[in-house]
Amino acid sequence: MNYHWDWGVFFKSTGVGSEIYLNWFVTGLGWTIAVALAGWIIALALGSVLGVMRTLPGKALPAIASAYVELFRNVPLLVQLFVWYFLVPDLLPTPLEMWYKQGLSPMQSQFLAVVICLGLFTAARVCEQVRTGIEALPRGQRNAALAMGFSTGQTYRHVLLPQAFRIIIPPLTSEFLNIFKNSSVASLIGLMELLAQTRQTAEFSANFFEAFTMATVIYFVLNMSLMTFMGWVEKRLRIPGMMGGSK
Amino acid sequence: MSKMIDINNVNKWYGEFQVLTDCTTSVSKGEVVVVCGPSGSGKSTLIKCVNALEPFQKGEIIVDGISVGDPKTDLPKLRSRVGMVFQHFELFPHLSITDNLAIAQMKVLGRGREEAMDKGLKLLDRVGLKAHAAKFPGQLSGGQQQRVAIARALAMDPIAMLFDEPTSALDPEMINEVLDVMTELAQEGMTMMCVTHEMGFARRVAHRVIFMDKGHIVEDCAKDEFFGNIDARSERARQFLSKILQH
Ligand SMILES: Nc1ncnc2c1ncn2[C@@H]1O[C@H](COP(=O)(O)OP(=O)(O)OP(=O)(O)O)[C@@H](O)[C@H]1O
Ligand SMILES: [Mg+2]
Repeated sequence: MNYHWDWGVFFKSTGVGSEIYLNWFVTGLGWTIAVALAGWIIALALGSVLGVMRTLPGKALPAIASAYVELFRNVPLLVQLFVWYFLVPDLLPTPLEMWYKQGLSPMQSQFLAVVICLGLFTAARVCEQVRTGIEALPRGQRNAALAMGFSTGQTYRHVLLPQAFRIIIPPLTSEFLNIFKNSSVASLIGLMELLAQTRQTAEFSANFFEAFTMATVIYFVLNMSLMTFMGWVEKRLRIPGMMGGSK
Repeated sequence: MSKMIDINNVNKWYGEFQVLTDCTTSVSKGEVVVVCGPSGSGKSTLIKCVNALEPFQKGEIIVDGISVGDPKTDLPKLRSRVGMVFQHFELFPHLSITDNLAIAQMKVLGRGREEAMDKGLKLLDRVGLKAHAAKFPGQLSGGQQQRVAIARALAMDPIAMLFDEPTSALDPEMINEVLDVMTELAQEGMTMMCVTHEMGFARRVAHRVIFMDKGHIVEDCAKDEFFGNIDARSERARQFLSKILQH
C-alpha cells in the first residue's frame, strides 16, 4: 500500500471558522460522553426500578417489567432510535410536538432522542442484571430483614440492593462500556458525536486512515479509563471478609 | 399466666400439599417451648407463621393480643416486636457488626444513632463479643455470628423470641456458646419458641416440648412429662427420640 501518512492533519485548519481538526474530535468526544452519561443515568435508575419489580411478590409488577425487557431487548437499537427520532415526535400532543420540532435546536432534539433511546434500551439490560443480583442473594436475607420489622421498601433499600449491586458491578461495568460504544448510533441521525466528527474529518481532509486511527485510540483510552474507574469503585465497595475482601 | 403466642387450628397449604394441619398450641409469657420433629414436619413453617413470614390459609395466630392473619394488622410493626434467629444467622454481610445491631433500631424504631449504637454495644458485650464491634460478619466464626444475630434481635426489645434451629449449622465446638446465651435469656424470663434438636437444652431449659410430624402437632406436654414418661409418648415421638438421643 502506498499510503502517505500525515499525522499533522489534526493541527491543520478545517476551513470552518478557525478550528483545527483536533477541535472536532474534542467536540465529538464531549457529545459522546454527554450522551452516554445522560443515558446511563436513565438506564441505571429505570433499570434498578424494573429489576426490583421483577423480584417483587405478586403477578402484575413482575409481568410489566418482563414485558418491558422483552420489548426493548428484542428490537434492534437502530430501529428504536429511528422510532424515537422520526416517529414518536409526531405522536406527541401538539404543544409537546411543537416544542420538540421548533423550540429545540437540531442538536438538542437529536441529543434528547438519543439519550432517551439509549437510556431505555440499556435500562432493559440493567434490569436483568439487577434481578440476577437480587436473586443470587440467600433467601434468608429477605426474611431476616422483614423479621426485623423492615417494610418491603426498607428491605430492598438497606439489605437487598446494597448486596445485589456489589455482586453485579462486573456485568454493570460492561453495560456502562456498551452505552459509550452504542452512543455512536447518534451519528446516524446527525448528532456530531465522536464517530460523526471522525467521518467528517475523513471527508474534509481526505486523511481517512489518520482520522479513524485517532477515533480508535480515543475509544480505547475512554474504555480503559472507565474500566479503571469501575475497578476502583468495586474495590472501594468491597466487603471485608467476603467475596475476596480482606479478612 | 397470660398467653403471648396463641396458635389456633392453623392450616397451611403449598398448592395441593398441606404443610400444617390443625396446629393448636400456645406460649405463655416467660415460657420456653422447644419444638422438635423430623425433617419436613413443618417446624420452620409453623414458626414463620407466627411472625407472618409465611401466610396461612385457615385458623388464627394471636401474638400479644394482635391477630397475625388479620389483613389490617401492621405486620412490620408486629415483626419488630418479635425477635427471630435463623439457622444460617442471616446477618447483613455488607454492614459492620455495630451497624447490624443498630440499623433496625434506627430505621424501624426511630432511635437516634447514638442511642442505637449504645444499646448495640451493650448487647454485644453481653454475648461476649464487644471486641469484634468494628468487624464485618464474614470475619466472624459461625458461633460468633449467631451470638451477634441474637444480640441484634434483642436490640429491638422483643416481647418474644423465635429460634429456627439456631445451632444446626454450627460446628460442634461452637454449639455451646450459642446455647449458653439462649439459656441465660430463658433464665431472665424471655418468652421463647425454639425449633431445635438439642435435647440437652430442652431438658435443662424448656418448660414444654412440642413434637411435630407431617404437619401435625403430635405431642405438646410439659418437659418432665415428655422426657420422664417415654412410654406414654406416641410411636413416632419415641422413634424420633431414640434416634436423636443416640447422638
Ligand atoms: N416454599 C415452599 N413451597 C413448597 N413446599 C414447601 C415450601 N417450603 C417448605 N415446603 C415443604 O413443607 C414441608 C415443611 O417444611 P419445613 O421447612 O417447615 O420443615 P421443617 O420441619 O422445618 O424441616 P427441617 O427440619 O428440615 O428444617 C416440607 O415438606 C417442605 O418440603
Ligand atoms: Mg426447618
